[in-house]
Amino acid sequence: MNIKKTSALGISLVFALSAAACGGDDGGSGGDAATSATGPIKIWLSNNPEEIAWGEKMVDAWNADHPDEEVTAQEIPAGKSSEEVIGAAITAGNAPCLVFNTSPAAIPQFQKQGGLVPLDSFPDGKEYIESRSGDTAEQYQSSDGQYYQLPWKANPVMIFYNKDLMKKAGVDPENPPLATYDEFLDTSEKIVSSGAAEAAIWPAPSSEFYQSWFDFYPLFAAETGGTQLVEDGKATFNSPEGEAVAEFWRTMYENGYSQNEAYNGDSFADGKAAMAIVGPWAIAVYGEDTNWGAAPVPTSAGTSAEETYTFSDAKNVAIYSACKAQGTAWEVLKFATSEEQDGALLESTGQMPIRDGLETAYPDYFKANPDYTQFAAQAARTVEVPNVPNSIEIWQTFRDEYSKSVIFGETEIADALSAAAAEVDDLAGQE
Amino acid sequence: MTTDTRPPDTEPGAETDASPGRRRFGLTTVLGRQPLGIVFAAPYAVFLAVIFAYPIGLAVWISFHDYFFTAPGVVVDRPFVGLDNYVEAVSDPAVRKSFLNVAVFLVINVPLTVVLSLVLAAALNGAIRARIFFRVSYFVPYISASVAVVAVWLFLFSNNGFVNQLLGPLAPDPSWLVNKTLAMPLIALFVTWKQLGLFILLYLAALQGVGKELYESASMDGAGKFGSFMNITVPGVRSATTLVVILSIITGANLFTEPYLLTNGGGPNGASSSPVLVMYQRGIEQGNPDIASAIGVLLMIGVLVIAFINKRILERD
Repeated sequence: MNIKKTSALGISLVFALSAAACGGDDGGSGGDAATSATGPIKIWLSNNPEEIAWGEKMVDAWNADHPDEEVTAQEIPAGKSSEEVIGAAITAGNAPCLVFNTSPAAIPQFQKQGGLVPLDSFPDGKEYIESRSGDTAEQYQSSDGQYYQLPWKANPVMIFYNKDLMKKAGVDPENPPLATYDEFLDTSEKIVSSGAAEAAIWPAPSSEFYQSWFDFYPLFAAETGGTQLVEDGKATFNSPEGEAVAEFWRTMYENGYSQNEAYNGDSFADGKAAMAIVGPWAIAVYGEDTNWGAAPVPTSAGTSAEETYTFSDAKNVAIYSACKAQGTAWEVLKFATSEEQDGALLESTGQMPIRDGLETAYPDYFKANPDYTQFAAQAARTVEVPNVPNSIEIWQTFRDEYSKSVIFGETEIADALSAAAAEVDDLAGQE
Repeated sequence: MTTDTRPPDTEPGAETDASPGRRRFGLTTVLGRQPLGIVFAAPYAVFLAVIFAYPIGLAVWISFHDYFFTAPGVVVDRPFVGLDNYVEAVSDPAVRKSFLNVAVFLVINVPLTVVLSLVLAAALNGAIRARIFFRVSYFVPYISASVAVVAVWLFLFSNNGFVNQLLGPLAPDPSWLVNKTLAMPLIALFVTWKQLGLFILLYLAALQGVGKELYESASMDGAGKFGSFMNITVPGVRSATTLVVILSIITGANLFTEPYLLTNGGGPNGASSSPVLVMYQRGIEQGNPDIASAIGVLLMIGVLVIAFINKRILERD
């Protein structure tokens, strides 16, 4: 057969298969029977060692009392991101019953895919979520008014600083001036000019959609007293507060206090940066090797710690529609987020369960671990990513404009925020 | 006026003596002279159909519909949208930029690959010392995982990296990986270096088919080494050059790992993004596989057109 015939056959095959590919969907899932069905289930856990240790103990405790509803746990399979792996599993129909690492930003997409079970469909679903998390729960409601995720744990981010490097830079290590933008810039100037560290703070300057959660968004939450990036279907960042935050970071990059090239490693652990924006997980990671302190993220006016909001960096739990025994999944979810298991999670990971009155619920823990108290206090004032359609596209749009104007200074900040806001309004308004 | 070409005594539909022969001829055309060959070829043909042709077909179909991934059993409307996804893809500045970036990549990568691999293959084909060592050295980057090799290049080209320390005041500002002019050429250079081993191997194989007597005749006629290279080696490996060019174009069009890792997702500001990287963002991260498929189909058409033009130019007599 000559090349022309082979090519023609190949092209015909492609088009024949493209016609075959347009087969429709069949059937449906869910319903009351599904939400009350019981039996063995599979769950996925995050792949950090502390959470796996907690998860395995939790599963053992459940299995000991429920031999007919055995839970099998495994780490989330490797992939570029958890969201990508979970999205693929939803499409393939082999998602587990529960994933204890569901990003709130991915919820709208998973919901659109038909991959999630609304927790309101369980008789005590809504009541359980709201009684456990209080007013904070509202941020996790989807646009249809239902909960497709249980707010599980937060890592409220704060400014973590290296006291030794502060001292080297001639800054009071016990109480470094970091409350206002001016103070923060002044402290940063001292750190860099003294040679104490290459950068004062080194947030990842790369273009992944989620990177704004660790530079712009915490400061925006603080500056606005707890405003989400999108509210009532409209972008909120094209405002004087949004501009103030962007201008602050622009000054950081322009003056070399932050670097616009990604650091290949952990800049804080390696002593290349004197500060980092991190959650309470950092205490376990850096605590032993670094003489550290923590402060709220700065605001233009220097809001007091008791009034400062920040980004929650929460990870939640959802029940996936591929689950056959959804009744068991719901019971396991309640068991895993009970007061006892939340205490065990706090103990083994230092991450904050999204539970109303966290500090009073576990007084012994916070007495024994005073380092975590300020993070627990901060957990009461957190802002989540907006639960809106096209959430990830919205964050990517914002990041691209932010990157151009703030990190690389190629466009005016006002123009960039305005352009991003117009596009975000459009995306948030789509179904 | 019409002409009846039937034999005079043949009724329409009547079987003639020629019919069995024609049927045999038809079967031979379809099945070939050795029908058993189909059995041997079938597994790979099925593999191609399932792994390559079906996904391409599905991508083409998706690109003409309002499509998003759903869980099995979820019934959603996926209306035909004509060229809407293509219009959206083409009107997206990030997509246009990524195609432009790949054009820059190809302009640097393809000629450099051809020239370097041919020159090095010719050198390695000669009687030089430590020939095996050099052959292995050029091939090692090709078989090494990109992730590992990228780490070495990050060490070399980061702001405080080895190259900038060597260059001192001559180091570019902004540095290589965050410089919108240099980021893509650097990636092109990286890919050229990494892929060189394979292309040297292809040329080495082709060089074995170039007769030594041609070089001897040329030498007797007074041709120097450069003259022999240009007039015997280059035309002698023309078919390999076609293959090298097409393979490097396909490699360039599929660029993903290098901008994803070396410049942190196509930075700075998309200056090193590639169509495949944008497809990943749109299709997988942002849940718009319809637009991602449109980008993919455009990329496929682009590669086919360029490959066809190259083939015509390189194989012309």
